[in-house]
Amino acid sequence: MGEVILTMSGIDKSFPGVHALDHVDFELRRGEVHALMGENGAGKSTLMKVLTGIYSKDSGTITFEGKEVEYHNTHDAQEAGIVIVHQELNMVGDLTVAQNIFIGREFRKGFMIDDRRMIEESKKLFDELHINIDPRAKMSDLTVGKQQMCEIAKAISHKAKVIIFDEPSAALTEKEIDDLFAIIRDLRSQNLGIIYISHRMDEIKVITDRVTVMRDGTYVGTLITDECTKEDIINMMVGRVIYEEPKTHSMVPADAPVVLKVDHLNAGKMVQDVSFELRKGEILGFSGLMGAGRTETARALFGADPKQSGDIYINGEKVTINSPEDAVKHGIGYLSEDRKRYGIAVQKTITENSTLATLKEYMAGLFINKSTERAVTLQYIKELDTKTPGPDQLVVNLSGGNQQKVVIAKWLVRNCDILIFDEPTRGIDVGAKNEIYKLMNRLAAEGKSIIMISSEMTEILRMSDRIIVMCEGKKTGEIPIEEATQEAIMDKATRDIR
Amino acid sequence: MTKKKTIFSQEVIVAIVLVALYLIFRTISSDFGKYTTFLSMMDISYYYVLMAIGVAFPLITGGVDLSIGTGMICYALAGGFLIRNYNVPTGLAILVSILFGAAIGLCNGVLISILGLPPFLATLCNCMITRGLGSVVTGSFAVPWPTAKQDNGWFHSIFKITTANKTKIPLGLVWIILLMLLMQFILAHTRFGRYTIAIGSNKEAAMLSGINVRFYHVMVYVVSGLFAGLASIAYAAVIKTVQPGTGAGMELDAIGGAIVGGVSASGGYGTIYGTVIGAYVIIFLKQGLPYIGFNANMQQIITGLVLIGAVCIDIIKRKVIK
Repeated sequence: MGEVILTMSGIDKSFPGVHALDHVDFELRRGEVHALMGENGAGKSTLMKVLTGIYSKDSGTITFEGKEVEYHNTHDAQEAGIVIVHQELNMVGDLTVAQNIFIGREFRKGFMIDDRRMIEESKKLFDELHINIDPRAKMSDLTVGKQQMCEIAKAISHKAKVIIFDEPSAALTEKEIDDLFAIIRDLRSQNLGIIYISHRMDEIKVITDRVTVMRDGTYVGTLITDECTKEDIINMMVGRVIYEEPKTHSMVPADAPVVLKVDHLNAGKMVQDVSFELRKGEILGFSGLMGAGRTETARALFGADPKQSGDIYINGEKVTINSPEDAVKHGIGYLSEDRKRYGIAVQKTITENSTLATLKEYMAGLFINKSTERAVTLQYIKELDTKTPGPDQLVVNLSGGNQQKVVIAKWLVRNCDILIFDEPTRGIDVGAKNEIYKLMNRLAAEGKSIIMISSEMTEILRMSDRIIVMCEGKKTGEIPIEEATQEAIMDKATRDIR
Repeated sequence: MTKKKTIFSQEVIVAIVLVALYLIFRTISSDFGKYTTFLSMMDISYYYVLMAIGVAFPLITGGVDLSIGTGMICYALAGGFLIRNYNVPTGLAILVSILFGAAIGLCNGVLISILGLPPFLATLCNCMITRGLGSVVTGSFAVPWPTAKQDNGWFHSIFKITTANKTKIPLGLVWIILLMLLMQFILAHTRFGRYTIAIGSNKEAAMLSGINVRFYHVMVYVVSGLFAGLASIAYAAVIKTVQPGTGAGMELDAIGGAIVGGVSASGGYGTIYGTVIGAYVIIFLKQGLPYIGFNANMQQIITGLVLIGAVCIDIIKRKVIK
């Protein structure tokens, strides 16, 4: 670690009704990876937005390279050498890699953009980072991991001195995360200051030098990573130790009936001859790498994508599911991995979202019966412990964990007995994550059957009664929880790739 | 991971369709093959194509400009009114018409980019406003522009010249091709063009990349308005007397042309040469179908079906790539 490059002290920021940052301090040195942790809504992103000029601060000082600074937009911050790699990738899909990297500061020959030079410079950048990407490729043709690498290359090309990674690993496979870490270590050795925001405790221990924890908009403390345990960090984040105990044996009774049977399902390249059974009260984990075909299997089962062949039986009876509407009629609910796109209408209230799928039941003649609608919503807010000022709150204003609860409420209101959770805790912080886990366990205990697709190994091992592993569109293994280990799962998940 | 360039890009397909249409019409109707038919078709094409080139820019940003049809009439009325009632020199009147178009475009841009109105709504309002404005300015009277034989009617020769041996040459086509090349170059090789695509593809990302998205988003509509202004001159050169209250619906043919020519209806992709070819497909259908026995109503239906086909190709293409 070198000398201090950036100091933020006494940063205060209020939005109408919310004191988002309450005199927060933060310090970054050259050549360190500094984790910024805290639950959703703790103020991490707000702090970074203040730093990079997206928000203006109410009070406090930012000192960068010994001088007090204040940026008015991301462009100013970039010019000064502070860049942010956003959680949601900010790439223009229709442009090429090189065009994306130099967007906003294209090389020019007179009026003309010098694409050739941009391609050359991109190649140089990728060589420095030991990344193999064709700068002429269209951005939308790349995998999420590669797109992330491009974001990083773009950040570095700004002659960055401080790079902020906002949950960079959320959508990456294990291999891609390793590549990412190699790059981060490389940047650290070049004496850059790196701020790393993540919810994944394992990563924090592996890659960071120091950890600063925030809670409810306040600064809690800074620790040296090597000198603290995961529990120390979690304690600081939530103020209490919590976690569901990992499962060691299946909680499903031996005589539990099979509620769902999928027989030789085929749907495109990503779902090839997949068969499995789901029993009452079971949590069936679907593990595998990104692109293994798990989500595609769920979507085909749910009728969201067309299937070529295969039969589906519910409670022993063969059913036809050609659309999500059919699936819902048969009591299947699907919680998408991408909440904002498929799961929820963020600009609507909790009430509207909760009853969206069941509006028919709240009709009094031609009109919606607002009071029963409200009563049901309140009941689920209470039951799921959704943190909100009231049922009329817009969903966009809730944290990730609470948004997820609204989605769950939507399907529970509908009386679905089979729930498909696709990456149920993606982008959700530790405290809320555990609440979702508890909720899933409770639902299973109440007799609901759950299919859980997850890329997090710990989550799979913690929650599942049985684990199905997929690889390249095929089912490659089925492991009871008693026999499941990370190694056994990884072995099957990479079977067809090696 | 180099992208496979398929020979069957939408632009190529549409170009083939255009040639096929011409040959079919020629074979069935001998009248269609006459040079005079070709000349009159070219006359009519200029203002549609100019509108299409302009509106391609808002379309590529994922927006639309509905004010170009009635706008074009409004600008033509304004210019003609100045010449007839105030003896303003034709050159100056033309400049006023074009700048009027740019001004309405600016107005659209500000409403959409700065005030955040949906493009559909903002330009629909200006569609109504320009329609009314033309009538108000001229007192609801039709306005003639000078004819080619009058002294101040020289602007006709921008689009059509008559040689010594009385042959008429559609000179406008040359300007159209030059403008097409210019705007294609701007779209593909300048910052304005690149940011137009970026706004249509991922506006948020463009903003976070430090691009002055607001400015460029406004400029996109200024370009659209500017080309509606240019179209008004082409219109005045063909239609002897400009009638207030007309023009509604013409924007749809121009937009349809751009879409047929491969401009993505959801933004992020498009070419100007595709737009021009697509606009000519629409014009050929409009002008050619009557020659082979289809009436105006049938011609509308067929044009609609062609549009559906073009959009389907776009959608299927995107799915296949994924």
